[in-house]
Amino acid sequence: MKKTQSLHKRESELANSNRQLEILSNGIFKSGELPKFKDKIAEIGQFPLRPKKLEILQINVGYMCNQVCEHCHVDAGPDRKEIMTKDTMKQCLEVIKNTGAHTLDLTGGAPEMNPNFRWFVEEASKAGIKDFIVRSNLTIIRANKKYHDLPEFFKKHNVHVVSSMPHWTRGKTDKQRGEGVFDQSIKALQDLNAIGYGMPNSSLKLDLVYNPSGAFLPGNQASMEKDFKKALLEDFNIQFHNLFAITNLPISRFLDYLIASENYEDYMFALVEAYNPVAVANVMCTNTISISWDGWLYDCDFNQMLDLKVDSKIKHISEYNEDLLNDRNIVISQHCYGCTAGAGSSCQGSVA
Amino acid sequence: MSKTYYDPADLRKFGNITEWSEELGAKFFDYYNSVFQEGALTAREKSLIALAVSHTEQCPYCIDAYTKDGLQRGITKEEMMEAVHVGAAIKSGAALAHGVQMMNKVNKLDG
Repeated sequence: MKKTQSLHKRESELANSNRQLEILSNGIFKSGELPKFKDKIAEIGQFPLRPKKLEILQINVGYMCNQVCEHCHVDAGPDRKEIMTKDTMKQCLEVIKNTGAHTLDLTGGAPEMNPNFRWFVEEASKAGIKDFIVRSNLTIIRANKKYHDLPEFFKKHNVHVVSSMPHWTRGKTDKQRGEGVFDQSIKALQDLNAIGYGMPNSSLKLDLVYNPSGAFLPGNQASMEKDFKKALLEDFNIQFHNLFAITNLPISRFLDYLIASENYEDYMFALVEAYNPVAVANVMCTNTISISWDGWLYDCDFNQMLDLKVDSKIKHISEYNEDLLNDRNIVISQHCYGCTAGAGSSCQGSVA
Repeated sequence: MSKTYYDPADLRKFGNITEWSEELGAKFFDYYNSVFQEGALTAREKSLIALAVSHTEQCPYCIDAYTKDGLQRGITKEEMMEAVHVGAAIKSGAALAHGVQMMNKVNKLDG
C-alpha cells in the first residue's frame, strides 16, 4: 500500500522520536547481539565524538513538502506545517554573516515551499558564503507555475543545486518517491541543464543524491555515478556533476518501513558489519551544525529528526556562539552506524 | 540446533568457517575477494554472473547475497531475471544436450 501521509498525520507511534530511540537502543543492541555505537567508536578512541572545524551550516527551513517519499527521514509531506518564520530566518542571517563555515546548506521538506524562501536566499547570498546549496527535490520546479522560474532564480544567486534521484529508471524512482516523480524530475533536470546547470565545466553546480530504494546499502559511489551518468545521458540527454551516495539511516519513515517489512534486524546487522572505523573521523556531525525550522541546534539533520539537541549550553540560534558550540560532545545513538557503513555517508556523500 | 537445513542467519556466520581452519579459510576468502575485484570484467558483470550461478547451484545463501549485491550496485530486477534465465538456459541445455547421448545409444543398440 502506498502511504500518502506523514507518520505524524497517521499518528504512528514512530512519529514520536523517543519511541524511535527506544527501538534503536533495545532488542539486538540491548541483548548484546550487536555492539552499541558508543562502544564501537570507543574501541578506536573516538568516544566521546568531538567536532572539528565547522565547515557546513545546514538549515532546515521547514518540513512541508510536495512529496511523501517512502523513506523520508524528515517525515516530510504536504501535511507538515512546521515552517521557519522570517524572524528565525533573520536570526540565521546574523549567524551566516559571521560564521566561519564555508558552506550553507538549505534543506527541508521542500525548502522552496517556505513563503520566505526567495527572500532568505537573496539575503543569504549577500553574505559571500563560498558554497550555497539548496536541496531541491526537482518536482517542486514542475509542481506549480509559480515555481517554474526556480532554475533562473537559482542561477541568479549562484545556488548549488543538490537533488535526490534514487535511480535512473522510472519504476524504482516512483516506488520510493511517488507516482510520476521520475518524469517530473527528468523534466526539471532538463530545465536546469538548459540554463547551464550540471554541464561540463559549468560553474552552475548540479549534483544528485542517490539513496537506495530498499533495505540495502548503497554501492560504490564512483561506480554508481558512472552508471547514472551513462543512463541519464543516453536516455534523456541529461548531465550533472557529482553523485552523492547516501545510506538510509534507520529512523522515521525508513525505520517504519524496515520494521513493517521485517528487515530491521538484518539491516542493522548489515550496517554494523559494514562499520568502517576510517569513516568515523570524517562523519558530517564533526563539521556541521544543523538548525531546525524553529531555531534549535543539532549535530546533524538526523539528530534533528530524533530531537537530540546539541550537548552544549548553546542550544538555540538566538544564543548562537560558534566557539562555545564547537566545544561539545556529539550526541550519538545506534542510527549513527548509517554514517560509518562502508565508505561512510553524509549529506555530501561518501566520507572515507 | 536448527530444525531446518537452511537458516538465513547462517549467512552472516560464513566468515566463521575460518575458525576451524584458519589457513584454508583465509586462503579461500583471499581468493574469493580477489575474484570479485574489477578486472577484465567489471564488478557489476561479475555480480550478475554470480547471481546466475547461484541459481544453477541452487544455493539459497548465494541467491540472497547476490540479489542484495545487485540491488546495491543499482542492477535492475529485469537485468537480474535475464541473468537467471541465462543460468537456466545453460542448465536445461546441458540436460537436453545429453539427449544426443541417449540417441546415440538407442541407435547403437536398436538402430
